[in-house]
Amino acid sequence: MATTMITTLERSSRAAARGLSDISIRNLFIIPTVLFLIVFNIFPLIYSLGYSFTDFRASTNAPANFVGLQNYRDLLNDPYVWSNFAITAKYVIISVAGQLLVGFGVAMLLNRDIPLKGLITTLLLLPMMLSMAVVGLFWKLLYDPSWGVINYALGLGNFEWLADPKMARYAVALTDIWMWSPFVMLLSLAGLSAVPKHLYEAAAIDRAGPFYTFFRITLPLVAPILMIAVIFRTMEAFKTFDLAYILTSQPTAELISIRLYKMAFQEWQTGRSCAMAYIVLIMVLAITNIYVKYLNKVKER
Amino acid sequence: MRKLVTSVLAGIGLTLACGTSVYAQEKSLTIFWAEWDPANYLQELGNEYEKETGVKITVETTPWSDFQTKAFTEFNAHGDAYDLVVGDSQWLGAGSTGGHYVDLTDFFKKHDLGNVMAPATVKYYAEYPGNSGKYWAIPLEGDAVGWSYRKDWFEDPKEKEAFKAKYGYDLDVPKDFKALRDIAEFFYRPDQKRYGIAIYTDNSYDAMAMGFENALFSYGGELGDYSTYKVDGHINSDKAIAALDAYKELYKFTPPGWAKSFFVEDNQAITENLAAMSMNFFAFFPSLINEASNPNAKNTGFFANPPGPNGDQFAALGGQGISVISYSKKQEEAMKFLEWFIKDETQKKWAALGGYTCSAAVLKSPEFQSATPYNKAFYETMFKVKDFWAVPEYAELLQQLNQRVYPYMIGGEGTAKQTLDALAADWNATFKKYGRVQ
Repeated sequence: MATTMITTLERSSRAAARGLSDISIRNLFIIPTVLFLIVFNIFPLIYSLGYSFTDFRASTNAPANFVGLQNYRDLLNDPYVWSNFAITAKYVIISVAGQLLVGFGVAMLLNRDIPLKGLITTLLLLPMMLSMAVVGLFWKLLYDPSWGVINYALGLGNFEWLADPKMARYAVALTDIWMWSPFVMLLSLAGLSAVPKHLYEAAAIDRAGPFYTFFRITLPLVAPILMIAVIFRTMEAFKTFDLAYILTSQPTAELISIRLYKMAFQEWQTGRSCAMAYIVLIMVLAITNIYVKYLNKVKER
Repeated sequence: MRKLVTSVLAGIGLTLACGTSVYAQEKSLTIFWAEWDPANYLQELGNEYEKETGVKITVETTPWSDFQTKAFTEFNAHGDAYDLVVGDSQWLGAGSTGGHYVDLTDFFKKHDLGNVMAPATVKYYAEYPGNSGKYWAIPLEGDAVGWSYRKDWFEDPKEKEAFKAKYGYDLDVPKDFKALRDIAEFFYRPDQKRYGIAIYTDNSYDAMAMGFENALFSYGGELGDYSTYKVDGHINSDKAIAALDAYKELYKFTPPGWAKSFFVEDNQAITENLAAMSMNFFAFFPSLINEASNPNAKNTGFFANPPGPNGDQFAALGGQGISVISYSKKQEEAMKFLEWFIKDETQKKWAALGGYTCSAAVLKSPEFQSATPYNKAFYETMFKVKDFWAVPEYAELLQQLNQRVYPYMIGGEGTAKQTLDALAADWNATFKKYGRVQ
């Protein structure tokens, strides 16, 4: 008995001499993080899920009444909501495809020995370091038909970018492409620099043309990192709010995030907007899941 | 010993300082309003109140775009950051039925405000539901939509001659909506970067509603029956359809890129030599007579919203009443401020500072009507105003109007009849949802 007590005391004194034990250090890092996640992520998530089954309006003092799946039914039968989803889908496709083409294209140009390569790369990264609100206001001025420089430079006269219902979403997407292509460029550059040089040398010995080299060597090896860029940018584009909100109020550019904001904070349809947020969440999860599966397939090749 | 005495004295000093600070806090009121000139005038008026009573008034402001969201976020949290709010007229339903506003019916009756204030301001800024005799605010800032115009363009002999030759009558302040349209068309000259008219077109919050209402009401149309909430046959009546067509017609003569314009852009249309005439709330006109903000100040004139084809003449109501917030811990102090605010002398000071008094006596006085180039037009308008729905679900009704009217106005989708039939169906469904109609 006395021996056991002495051994335990020795162990604890050794731990004390070392400072904190591994378990204590682990707990010190994990517990605050878990608590933070529970308080700020999981609790609101569950709480809002509860509200999504009620007719609660935060602007009134009336209690929340349980309405079952009515909010979900109403939203999924609302043609406006479907139109917002369609606008968002088109916007995501245009925006992400544009960023992919421009970003990867610029990365290909920069992936060679050119003078001032570092400075050019840094300058090209500037747009994505700016605040969305600033970019929105800046481009709003550029697009202005009366004093905007774009129409002046392109000789478009009074062409309306933001006021034209058909053009507005393309104008927002163009701004997003300008802002986020550098992100794709940065990832692509990392991928391109990782392609082993000897593969190109072997291709050159075999007299492979640039087309063959690109599609057989460059693209397959850079594809996984491009897929990561696509995942990030798709999720971000799906969530776009500030840029579209500042640039235009055209219904044809009313993304799902803007509709959700209006429903929640201008109309105070709290229960309904919670249901809408869950529909959006499920859609984003589904899209991301498809992408991740595809990414894994690309990696396996 | 010396150190000890110094420390004790410092401690006493600190305690007294804290005590004074708490005392000062109790003797203060915070009023929440949007960021614009009238809020600055109210702060100046509040400074007068502080001189008289020692109660510090702070007018806290936020940009218009955040005003509704910020106010209701505070209400929903039952926060006491603000003691009074100068809330939009549409908020009356949500503010009163949500329990955010203190019932001011007794205060209203005690001071006979129903007769002291201009009738329209009592009806639209204070009473909810309509004709119920229940009051939730004191009319503070009267406002309505009016028009500014370029006097120098209108008075140019060559322009006058050309106009008469084209339209057969004299170029002058428009006497009706037809003349408004003709003048807008006449001055629409894109090759000279000069345009006819600036109107409200923005489809966020209430800009589009406020703009369209000027045509709707003057054409004899109505949004609906405020007592029964019946909208079919009102918002899609023949008069309403003609009004929407007339408003859309005006859009043709606006400057390029005019699809998201509200009060800022409409004032710019005058200051930047863009348009001959511009719609705006009267509360935004002070900057148009200020040479520092408007190089054309001397050449800017003002007129009331013109009548429609049948002689009806109304305008969309702006403006706000001041309400005591039910979560405030200083409600008694707030009521004392309101008692001071409604006094005749205070109302005169309010008008002199630039605020739009709602006091019927001050509005009628020659001093008020001649104080600025637009006060007479304001006076005329304030007795011919109508407002949007003030029901708690007003924001949904606004959103539906924006979703229906905007694509027709700006995108040319469908016809005015299809647009307003669809809007009537939307509003009817919303009123059904909230149990106002069967």
